[in-house]
Amino acid sequence: MHAVYPLVLGALLFAIGLYGVLARRNAITVLMAIELLLNAVTINLVAFGSIIRDALNIGQVFTLFIITIAAAETGLGLAIVLLIFRQKGTAGIDEQRTLAEPARLPDLSKLADRSSEPSPSARTAP
Amino acid sequence: MNSTAQTLFNQSSLGHSYLSPTGLEIVFVLIGLVVLGSGVLVVTVQNLVHAALWLVVCLGAIAGEFLLLGAELIAWVQVLIYVGAVVVLLLFGLVLTKAPIGRTDELDVKHKLPALLVAAAAAGILVTVLVNAYKNVWFDPRQAVSAGTASANGAALFKFWVLPFETLSVLLLAALVGAIALSRRQGAEKDGGV
Repeated sequence: MHAVYPLVLGALLFAIGLYGVLARRNAITVLMAIELLLNAVTINLVAFGSIIRDALNIGQVFTLFIITIAAAETGLGLAIVLLIFRQKGTAGIDEQRTLAEPARLPDLSKLADRSSEPSPSARTAP
Repeated sequence: MNSTAQTLFNQSSLGHSYLSPTGLEIVFVLIGLVVLGSGVLVVTVQNLVHAALWLVVCLGAIAGEFLLLGAELIAWVQVLIYVGAVVVLLLFGLVLTKAPIGRTDELDVKHKLPALLVAAAAAGILVTVLVNAYKNVWFDPRQAVSAGTASANGAALFKFWVLPFETLSVLLLAALVGAIALSRRQGAEKDGGV
């Protein structure tokens, strides 16, 4: 088999996953695109393991490691997404603005005004 | 090591041609088209549940590619863990976050065109580099079949890769504990608040 076939397949799948990570809005579909990225890497690893048949079997063993890490990553990622959904009511990653920098200078002054007055939770607590 | 690999490549490139693909290559390209087509659908379909189901097709076809490359154990692990567990987890995530059933405005975003540009640039650069680097390399996946069995993988894993293997078990435990801790925090706060 020509070595270019599996390598080009891995490269194109990587590009597809990259588009998914950048363009999708729902956090869970972003996780799906990350799975595509990891699978592109595993195709490359298996292909090179089949081309260079070394004594350590490094390509296939590292593929097993990557599959394990992907399972752990998916579990943790879903736990984080569920936590965000419970707190904010949405799983869209473009609506998570808590840590975003203020866009323009007028927003900065507004932010300063808001920080000087008591927060809503402090007002409603007593 | 590098020079021996180089001579291996040069020897194995004798007697091959672009113009006469073997049956193995034809099957590989056909399954590869399934992988790429379902992968494109995963990232472009507007219905989120359908995207997760197309991911099953994509990952299953990748398992077929692993079989064709001679990695038997990896193919079945791929089917078991990815198709069996990860996709089910993702579907659970979609259900638990009340993802909209049916068409969504998921992809109507401003940065769609830049994302497409980045992906196209990555594909172009990677394919150009890989084709230029490996255009003279042929290999026979049948010779890798003996390295892809469960016994060969197990021997390599427990002879040479014991420390990474055990480290990964600690990582899995940490991920498990972390996922449980993250999921429990909300309820614990509520109990403490009352």
